[in-house]
Amino acid sequence: MDFAPLLLLLFAFTLAIFLGFELISKVPSQLHTPLMSGSNAISGITIVGALLALSELEPTLAKWIGFFAVILAMINVVGGYVVTDRMLGMFKKKEKGSPQP
Amino acid sequence: MSALINLLYILSSILFIFGIKKLGSAETARRGNAMSSVGMTLAIVATLLYLGLEWWMVLTGMAIGSAIGYVAATRVAMTGMPEMVALFNGFGGLASLLVGGAEFVKLRVGGIAHYLEALKAQSGVTVPAWFALVAIGLTILVGGITFTGSMIAYGKLSGKLGGKPTLFPGQKLINFLIMAIALIGIALMVIGGDGPTALSAGIVLVVLSLMIGVLMTIPIGGGDMPVVISLLNSLSGVAAALAGFIILNNVLVVAGCLVGASGIILTVIMCKAMNRTLGNVLFGGFGASAQAGG
Repeated sequence: MDFAPLLLLLFAFTLAIFLGFELISKVPSQLHTPLMSGSNAISGITIVGALLALSELEPTLAKWIGFFAVILAMINVVGGYVVTDRMLGMFKKKEKGSPQP
Repeated sequence: MSALINLLYILSSILFIFGIKKLGSAETARRGNAMSSVGMTLAIVATLLYLGLEWWMVLTGMAIGSAIGYVAATRVAMTGMPEMVALFNGFGGLASLLVGGAEFVKLRVGGIAHYLEALKAQSGVTVPAWFALVAIGLTILVGGITFTGSMIAYGKLSGKLGGKPTLFPGQKLINFLIMAIALIGIALMVIGGDGPTALSAGIVLVVLSLMIGVLMTIPIGGGDMPVVISLLNSLSGVAAALAGFIILNNVLVVAGCLVGASGIILTVIMCKAMNRTLGNVLFGGFGASAQAGG
């Protein structure tokens, strides 16, 4: 078996861990919740896995399980982005009075 | 077509990276969230380019999920947003668990050899059978923990469950034993392959993973729930990355991993802001004070 493509995937996995660690630094405390909510929406990326379970030739049971996974992941994605946007909109209004840097 | 799909996946990964980066600063946060949502749209569109999807299920499922998500997110009161995040996070975890379940069903119905061939045809990556089964087992485990853990966090934050930590004698030992049995279950799935033992082990694993999520969260007080939700958010990223290892999909692995790693860092930062350590929050059985004092 040729494992080179699998090793590339593991390579991407390792780099993404380091990148994830590096991306977050000195976040102001009022942004903790929106950041959590925004990255929660990104974890809805599992929608890709759910959609791929819906191939025509797959067993019916697998497709139905995939169907419910699509619904749940989509709630996570759409709900996550909309709620984060609302949080940040509220944040902006509060900050309007303060002088801009 | 496969090259185009992968190109779109790379683009969406880049948008997620900049999105998270920009979410960390007040001036750019809203733009960052918008960028990451464009990345998500690209990833979904790219996935739909795969041939032979059951279209009515794809469209109905996406429409139902979007409608529920949109209505819930726009109707929730400003004060109820953190618990809504917990609820969404739980759904994401359950979705990952179901992805693991669907792949397990495929593997069992068609046999391991056929499953691995189909996987290679779709992704271009060859994996040994044990790798696929370990990935399925771990996805179910982490997805299940995320789901019930988030539901308990939702209940505690919204006041539907009491905010007090639930403690009982021998709790840590029991949690440890259940975790150990769950890991044995994954081992049995790997050994059993597409046989009957693997099926029983898989069902036991689902039940245990759901139990672990509850048991991990009930000893933590309501005041500490934001930290717990941040940790569970990180776990839902890990679950997505693990699901990516089942179907060998790079955008799932990269995006899931980004959320997993950045989520852990954010959790530690939140603990520091309260002058606590993560271990203290998870195993201290405190956090009731914030609820009682306020």
